[in-house]
This record gives sequence, C-alpha cells and structure tokens, in this order.
Amino acid sequence: MSDHDHDHDHPHEPIAGDGLPAAARAQALEELLVEKGVVSRTEVREEIDWLVSRSPADGARLVARAWVDPEFKRRLLDDAREAALELGLDPGPSPVVMAVENTETVHHMVVCTLCSCYPRAMLGPPPDWYKSLPYRSRAVSDPRRVLREFGVELDEDVELRVLDSTANVRYLVVPRRPEGTEGLGEEQLAALVTRDSMIGVSRPAVPA
Amino acid sequence: MTYQVGQRVRIAARDHEGHHRTPAYVKGKSGRIERRHGAFKNPETRAYGGDGLPQQELYLVGFDASDLWPGASGDRVEVDIYEHWLEAE
Repeated sequence: MSDHDHDHDHPHEPIAGDGLPAAARAQALEELLVEKGVVSRTEVREEIDWLVSRSPADGARLVARAWVDPEFKRRLLDDAREAALELGLDPGPSPVVMAVENTETVHHMVVCTLCSCYPRAMLGPPPDWYKSLPYRSRAVSDPRRVLREFGVELDEDVELRVLDSTANVRYLVVPRRPEGTEGLGEEQLAALVTRDSMIGVSRPAVPA
Repeated sequence: MTYQVGQRVRIAARDHEGHHRTPAYVKGKSGRIERRHGAFKNPETRAYGGDGLPQQELYLVGFDASDLWPGASGDRVEVDIYEHWLEAE
C-alpha cells in the first residue's frame, strides 16, 4: 500500500505565486521525491488511483443509513471511521473522521482555510471552488453570505458553526433529512444526499 | 498542560516562519475548547523531515465570529489547533 501517512491534503493554491504553473511544480516535486527514494512511481500511481476511485456515494450511504437508523446515527456521530468500516466502506488514511449533524437549530459547514483538507475517502476529490481562495477566506469571514450564494438561506435563530479543518481531522456533515421522504428506502434516500450537502453548503435534493 | 472541554484559551500570537497549521486569523484570539481529538505527530517538524515527536494534543477550539471579525454576527468558527499554540486564559 502506498504511503497514506500524510495528514494534510495537497495541492496548495499558490499563496504567494512565483509564476510557476502548479503542474510543473508538482512534476518537479515528484521527480525529486522519486530520486531521493521517498516515494516510488508505483506508489504515486496507486495513490492517484485510490483518490479517483472515491466518490460522494460512500458519504451518501452513511448519511442515508443514519437517517433510517438512529442507533447507527449515534455510532456515526461518535466515531465516523468505525461507522464507515461497519458498512464496509474505506474511511481513508485520516486518523479521525468526524461526522457533525445539522439540525433544526444548528447548521455546520466545512472549509480548510490553509489548503484543501477534505474527507476524500467519503466524498472523492474536492470541487475546485472548495480549494479556491475566495471560498477559503469567505467561509470563515462571511459564511451566511456564502451559504446564500449556494442557495441556502439560514433562519436568524439557527446557530451556524463553520469548521476549519486545519489538521488531522476530516469533517463530514450529516444534513437534515428532507421532509416528505418518510416512505423512501435507504437507497432512494442516498440518491438525495449531494456532495455539497455533506460539505454543509447546500441541502439534500428534494424527492421528485 | 492539558486543556479540558469548556476551558477558555488564547491562541499564541507569535510569528512562525515556515509550515504551521494555526491560521493567522485566530492568532491572539480567545476561544473555548470544544473537543479533544487526541495526540498527533507535530506537522511543523514533520514538514522538515523530523519525526514529529513529541506528539501534540489536538483540540477543536471554538470562537465567536464577533471576536474574529469586526461587525460579525453571533456565528461560531471552530478550528483544530495543536496544544503548543494554546495558552490558558
């Protein structure tokens, strides 16, 4: 298995750009790391294969199960890694995965202001906007307006918690189950759970 | 020193050359310990080839947005911070 012992996702956005295109810089870094024996080309390829094999479908399965099974939800909120393993999912390399629940009174949204830390094992590669400087700065300084731009209008009395994942922990939002979904099965529910709703910037889809 | 959930802390205002995980916008700010995540290798030394030992406790620290940004509302911003950046209040 490749080296998953790295708690910090890449690439960085160039913060003080030196004009080098990111691809050229990444290639130069890879050449050096291979030359120095830190990683092998096979490990780099395996890591990329793993990353692109991930998708929000795994996160959606966790959320849908939590919606139909309160005991599972309790375990998910207690230890999301263990809950993922329980469903036969790969929780990925991060030592701690934390699920946070959106309720009538509390809304969570996730950002990584330093780079692009993201629960890739459960959601796949992050969208470009998640890595963009405007999202990374405004999600903490003006979150309600960011949510509005994503189409989410929060009531004044809902407490908004913005989680800045700066370290070893990856955060997964468990969105609120939409009304009118009482008759749906777990699989149908999972289809409503969008990637963005698990980042906390939108709500699940409404059943057709 | 180990901090307890609910305890008030201040984030060190010091400068730090090179890689670190404490965002500038919380340096010098007061917050509250929301959760203890456990101990992890120190990324600030690992980034330069070190072994990251001794491990550092990692905490989720919650801030009132109004303590971070002038004119902000009552929202919360919660940030993961390693112990060596924390000071008791």
